[in-house]
Amino acid sequence: MRHNSDQWSVFRAQSASRFGGLVLAGFFLLPLALSAPAQQAQPWEKIPIPPLHQFKPQEPKRIALKNGIVIFLQEDHELPFVSGSVLIPGGSRDEDPANCGLIDIYGQAWRTSGTEKVNGDAMDDLLESKAAHIETGGDVDSTAVSWESLKADTDQVYDLAMDLLFHPKFDQQKLRLAQQQEATGIVRRNDDENQIAGREAAKLVYGADSPYARQPELATISKVTVADLQAWHDRTIGGKLLISISGDFDPAAMEAKLRTTFEKLPQTKPNPVRHDDFAGPKPGVYFINKEDVNQSNVEIVGLGIDRHNSDVPSVAMMNDVFGGGFASRLFQTVRTKYGLAYAVGGGLSFAWDHPGTFDAMVMPRSDKTVEAIQRTYDVLNSLVNRPFTEIELKRAKDNILNSFLFRYDTKDKVLAERVRLEFYGYPADYLETYKAALEKVTLADLNAVAKKYIHPDKYAVLVVGNGSEINPGLDALKMGPVHNVDITIPQPGAPAAGRGEAEK
Amino acid sequence: MHRRLPARLPIGVAIFAALFFTCNAGFSQDLKSFEQRITTKVLPNGLTILICERPEAPVFSYTTFVDAGDVDDPSGESGLAHMFEHLAFKGTSQIGTKDYAAEKVALDNVEAADNALEAERRNPAGADPKKIAELTKAFDEAQAAAAKYVVPNQFTEVAQRNGAHEYNAETGLDQTMYFWSMPENRLELWAWLESSRLVDTVPREFYKERSVVEEERHMRTDSNPEGRLFEQLMSTAYVAHNYGRSAVGWPSELSQITATEAMAFHKKYYVGSNIVVTVVGDVKASEAMPVLEKYFSKVPGGPKPLEMTTVEPKQFAEKTVVMKDPSQPIYVEAYHRPSYKSPDDVVYDAISDIVSDGRVSRLYRSMVRDQQIAAEAAGQSSFPGDKYPSLFLFFAAPLPGHTSAEMATSIHKEIDKLKTTDVTDTELAMYKTRTRAGLLRGLADNQGLSNALALYQARFGDWRELFRQLDRVDKVTKADIRRVANATFVPSNRTVAEIDTAAPAAAKNEGGEK
Repeated sequence: MRHNSDQWSVFRAQSASRFGGLVLAGFFLLPLALSAPAQQAQPWEKIPIPPLHQFKPQEPKRIALKNGIVIFLQEDHELPFVSGSVLIPGGSRDEDPANCGLIDIYGQAWRTSGTEKVNGDAMDDLLESKAAHIETGGDVDSTAVSWESLKADTDQVYDLAMDLLFHPKFDQQKLRLAQQQEATGIVRRNDDENQIAGREAAKLVYGADSPYARQPELATISKVTVADLQAWHDRTIGGKLLISISGDFDPAAMEAKLRTTFEKLPQTKPNPVRHDDFAGPKPGVYFINKEDVNQSNVEIVGLGIDRHNSDVPSVAMMNDVFGGGFASRLFQTVRTKYGLAYAVGGGLSFAWDHPGTFDAMVMPRSDKTVEAIQRTYDVLNSLVNRPFTEIELKRAKDNILNSFLFRYDTKDKVLAERVRLEFYGYPADYLETYKAALEKVTLADLNAVAKKYIHPDKYAVLVVGNGSEINPGLDALKMGPVHNVDITIPQPGAPAAGRGEAEK
Repeated sequence: MHRRLPARLPIGVAIFAALFFTCNAGFSQDLKSFEQRITTKVLPNGLTILICERPEAPVFSYTTFVDAGDVDDPSGESGLAHMFEHLAFKGTSQIGTKDYAAEKVALDNVEAADNALEAERRNPAGADPKKIAELTKAFDEAQAAAAKYVVPNQFTEVAQRNGAHEYNAETGLDQTMYFWSMPENRLELWAWLESSRLVDTVPREFYKERSVVEEERHMRTDSNPEGRLFEQLMSTAYVAHNYGRSAVGWPSELSQITATEAMAFHKKYYVGSNIVVTVVGDVKASEAMPVLEKYFSKVPGGPKPLEMTTVEPKQFAEKTVVMKDPSQPIYVEAYHRPSYKSPDDVVYDAISDIVSDGRVSRLYRSMVRDQQIAAEAAGQSSFPGDKYPSLFLFFAAPLPGHTSAEMATSIHKEIDKLKTTDVTDTELAMYKTRTRAGLLRGLADNQGLSNALALYQARFGDWRELFRQLDRVDKVTKADIRRVANATFVPSNRTVAEIDTAAPAAAKNEGGEK
């Protein structure tokens, strides 16, 4: 499953945004301006806002088979397409660390290899002639087969997808191809400053060897064999599969078809239980030198929380006040008041079944690095020391609740949400109860969660930047010795694909 | 935002990527259905409003399409259209200010102070450091005085507190687009906000924002290997036309853009005849049109600006850019091609599709699957825009141990095949079905549909062209592909740009301590 804990994705979207308004708009700032009580209605406040049209999102039909497999059917007859997906528990966090990268390779080679009956290349030809698609992929906690086709091709593409699901024939050539792709990603991973910062920040928070942060190396991917791919497949295919179908189909016929395929399968195995340690980062300043940039990428990071935590609604509100919006403290201070950076953002993220991260991110030009870190710390400290105001809370509620509708404004979004809740074991009405809880958040809640979860002295400060331009240097932070992080890519005797040395 | 890099063939191909197909009969039905759901109106000021009813959920998306982009930046002012887009988020005389009358006086002072400072900086006799210091101080003071009247981010705050979703804007070389989605009961509020900023733009915080855009340049171009490479590619491939200019702006020009220049750009290009506004979602045209008409009638009229005189002259010599860089190798080659108005526009799309789309494409099968020399290899039919004669690109990322020369050889082999041998019936059919499918799929998304309708309405004066283009797609022949390949892909029409990985300086990592 894609991890989309709210604040993290908001923050990432902002940091990656290329646009003029969102990240950029907030510049100057008199923080008091918005705190002044409005004396008279502003022009826009005089515009009537009628009641919203009645809307009840269409829930998918849930069918629980006796063997533990769950099916969701979401009809949508607007366009003549049908799409489907089988989600399989178990992902990269469950792979053998010695084979790190296995799931990425599996996700590619599964589809490109194809089946006994139809190899991957033949499948490409067949599907492309119908402009249909079948894909496989792997993620941190799951793998999946998904497909989409024109309505008229529903049965044929479904049969092909099921053949791939149950009868893959992993191929040595396609394994090698996937290894080469993976090797390229490894060799290129230090080209982009943002990518370095994101990856190394996760390693600081979770630990370099953690299943949530470890990275594939040329040595680990080269060890993956066809037998490993088959073994992974055999190990996970008997799990609690989640099947979802959406689009223009007849529900009775589709249900019958799915039952025929999946009812005969044996009782599913329970999802793997994990026992991970989450110690959080070792506080301090960490530095990675990159000579071809003129901006620093700063990440101040700590451990986040699990979405099961009942404080999540209050934390979501705190995140909005902290770094979620244009009027947030981080924007107003680092961007607006001091003009230190183009991109700033942050928050305490909550993952669905394990702790997310705390992250405050800022990208100042090289010579403003130290100042930007200091101002960001001012904001972090303010979360604990400067009580939240009614105005901040009201604004956060407006921001979050008035756009809440966009979490379920399409049938596909409703379906995706239900699948996600089922996968992680949350109740089907989670979104409703979550929204109700957001509405009830009080100032006292905000102040309490800030004190409980914001610990500026426990964070690691990671700087990726051009050392020769960072002046004053990071020692001016007076946060202890600066730890240089070595990101040199380990070179084994020969790259995985065995086609010569990587360029030096 | 500004220049887009080519959409890359994702390594491993996106998991949930989807391509679709339908038949022409389906399309004429769609056109009929859209005829019933779409209402257009041209206001007396020349501005076109298009409303498309799609009541799937109580929300709507909008697009304001301004037919002006960074290609229209005057000489010496590269980055201006993008700067103006930033300004459009800063509010108006009513929103974002505590006292506009006083703020206006203060903003005039800022402008005068900036002009005085710039004049001294460009003093032909040489700038006097003492004068520069005094003028800088005066400029800073003028800005601080103006800042006192600002209610920061108020425009954005009102939009977001009212549920604005995917609040965004894009400045391209060809056009500027503003868009977001909102709950349907905020339609009138949106119309007020959007029309106000189109009409009543105030050069608020302009010089602060200019620094922000300079940081944007640092991030996207200077600190990004692909950004550096593409800026060099474009400025080499073009000798006359503005497509060759840095879209975010050359540092020296961007750093000297003035608010006066931005407001002059606004006056010339933000006129009714140059703007299309589309709304797609849970709206009834009969109720919404009068509301939109009321607000957008405020946009000034005026003639549609003339297109530029410059036409890129024919290239007659091959050009090459080699960038020695610490990052991994990338290979790009570019060929001049005509604009979207050319009847051959769809032929370029066909070529791009056949060489790059998916795992059946020629470049994937040749370079990635069979020869195993590239991690990805693809073509792109038009870059960096398509309103004016642009470039057809081929690009490839070599696997470790492989070189740009191998990329060039393999790409040229595929090009030769296009010139000498007809593509297959299957390939041509796939292009046509994929194109139809892609269009159809896009119809189920409010924002995507809104953007597409706006583009076609602005370019062709009729949104129906979005569907009618399929007729041109259907007419593409194998002979067309050979003819266009032979005319276009010749060495004298080529510009090559590549990153050759330079040995990194001795692994230094001590920059933290000073």
